[in-house]
Amino acid sequence: MKKNVNINVEYITRVEGHGNIVINVKDGKLETCRLDIVEAPRFFEGMLRGRSVFEAQHITSRICGICACGHTLASIQAAEDALGIIPTEQTTKLRKLLLDLEMLDSHILHIYVLVAPDLLGVKSFVPLIQTHGEVVRRALRMKKTCNDLCDILVGRHVHPISAIVGGFTKLPRLKDIDAMLNMLISIRHDMDETVELAATLKFPEFERDTEYVALVSDDAEYPLLMGDIGSTDGVRMHKKEYRKITNEFVVPHSSAKHTKLSRESYAVGALARFNLNAEKLHPKAKQIASAVGLKPKCINPFLNTVAQLVESVHCLEHATGILEDLKNNPLNYDEEIVVGLNEQRRIPVRAGNGVGAVEVPRGVLFHNYHTDENGAITNANCIIPTNQNTANIEHDMMKLVPEILDKSEEEITLAVEMLVRSYDPCISCSTHLMNVKFVK
Amino acid sequence: MKKPKVGIFDFACCEGCQLQIANMGEDVLSVLGSIDVLEWREVMSEKWGKKLDIAIIEGSITDPHAVKRIKQIRKKAKILIAIGSCATIGGVNGMKNNFGLDDIRKYVYGDSYRFFPTELTKAVHQVVKVDYFVHGCPMYIPEFVALIKAALQGIPYYPPDYPVCVECKLNENVCMYDRQVTCLGPVTRAGCNSWCINNGNICYGCRGMVSNPNEKGAQDVLAKYNIPMELILNKMNMYNKCRELT
Ligand code: SF4
Ligand code: SF4
Ligand code: SF4
Repeated sequence: MKKNVNINVEYITRVEGHGNIVINVKDGKLETCRLDIVEAPRFFEGMLRGRSVFEAQHITSRICGICACGHTLASIQAAEDALGIIPTEQTTKLRKLLLDLEMLDSHILHIYVLVAPDLLGVKSFVPLIQTHGEVVRRALRMKKTCNDLCDILVGRHVHPISAIVGGFTKLPRLKDIDAMLNMLISIRHDMDETVELAATLKFPEFERDTEYVALVSDDAEYPLLMGDIGSTDGVRMHKKEYRKITNEFVVPHSSAKHTKLSRESYAVGALARFNLNAEKLHPKAKQIASAVGLKPKCINPFLNTVAQLVESVHCLEHATGILEDLKNNPLNYDEEIVVGLNEQRRIPVRAGNGVGAVEVPRGVLFHNYHTDENGAITNANCIIPTNQNTANIEHDMMKLVPEILDKSEEEITLAVEMLVRSYDPCISCSTHLMNVKFVK
Repeated sequence: MKKPKVGIFDFACCEGCQLQIANMGEDVLSVLGSIDVLEWREVMSEKWGKKLDIAIIEGSITDPHAVKRIKQIRKKAKILIAIGSCATIGGVNGMKNNFGLDDIRKYVYGDSYRFFPTELTKAVHQVVKVDYFVHGCPMYIPEFVALIKAALQGIPYYPPDYPVCVECKLNENVCMYDRQVTCLGPVTRAGCNSWCINNGNICYGCRGMVSNPNEKGAQDVLAKYNIPMELILNKMNMYNKCRELT
């Protein structure tokens, strides 16, 4: 008998934001397979026009609560690029620390709250309180620790206060650095247990070869804050050329635009970074990767969660390294700045065009601002990881669904939901809108 | 005693205020222990859709679908709590109202702009009745906890109606005006413990204006540093544009 399946999962729960999956199988043939983005657009890029580039960080951080620090860093990088500011070594070091903490925070949230329920066979995190109390407590403890670390470093995680264009308005004191170091050390054990838990989880076996895109660099550090844009198909470009990477196109069913590079779609995120830069991971992270059998190039999208686990270990170790270094090489507190909205022009302003390209938890994020000679934004563009992944998710679904058509509708639904969730799609971000072209 | 049935719903926003709840860490378990969370899309697959004792609303109302949805939620909820500036005053989403709606849609979506309906951004209370307000972008957790306690006992909660400067002075910060930088503290409602100034930045006005922004304290500061009220009001538009609608 030829099978008909019609699945419409409204508001895929447990992803940040609102998305619909639509699958339509007629007479055993896949007719439709879509991920619809239905979230109310918020028009951030439109709203930025006319505002001071010194307000951009504050505003764009509010695109996404989970990646608030990532948007902050991409926004600052774009603004500084436009203004011609080169951050000091100390500022760069602290920004890397902030990015490590955000990566850790977000990955932990995703692994525990958003994915573990699927893998442990329950509907949500809430029933786990009864059945897996220890796991829940550990998750909350780790999440809170990451959050508290950001509170110390930048005032709060949602939304950072002291990280602005030009540097930091408040620098952590020696006692703060000690406290942060102790907090990181205190979750080491939880991290080990997280790795153990993850090793017991069973991920669906599914593969589809695709192009992976992430920041790449020539030095030995796992590139997150800075670098060129690279792909597993051998592309390498300067961040200023990001539009040649993303090649955005509008699809009628989604308020988020799709992207493609060398093939019909590409993927960004933890797995993409791992596939391009695995050899630069911290030794401890490498060890975990080989223990769980993850090696580049891995083409099972469900294993993005495992790549997140490996990155969590890396970020924990990398952040610890930075803090240890700060203990031995104290910060220069003369670098603390008072800027406000730069009405006093303490920071020289010029007309410019700046790009920020930063690896945030879900993949590479681009911010681009054009400014006039007064530092007011004339054009803004943000390209968010989830947008870059949407086309790739749809192509995964098109391959996955026919492979599991003999299963029940519930099982198919769960499988595609899990697939979408494994990309950790922050759909709330992705509808914050893409600008079609700069009117010049 | 039966546990109150609670639903958490989000509209146009960054979901950062919900995250503030998750960031409470293990303390969230004691809160979850005293209530029955039946719907919370961000962390639960379960859907409830029936009567609720408390509906917690995050985000602004920005399109026709949202207007319908918030009205339905209001109908089935005994108590409605708005959390975060997006919900309580329109917040950053209100900046959209500085532009023509077609203009901003075309700017962002080009020729396909017609697919994306939008309306003027509204705070929740500009569409349905709101019983409790937790201001801030993001909300300040100690205030949220105090307010939830009040709501569970059915007693009112009044946020402070004096400016952020009061808290800022208690925290012994050097005033930003003395550092030659403009700050919105004098016209902004306190309750965040002068969060941003404690961290070396200015107040951006995220908690909304005190009910009488011309009150003496604010005027004194502005007069002392010779800053026109107009400049301040312009800056207030980052969070407070929606106040024009009421
Ligand atoms: S009030 Fe601020 S933190 Fe809260 S949801 Fe809105 S933008 Fe996010
Ligand atoms: S103006 Fe700003 S810095 Fe000065 S006292 Fe008020 S809140 Fe504090
Ligand atoms: S200081 Fe101002 S901008 Fe900062 S949290 Fe308080 S009210 Fe909001």
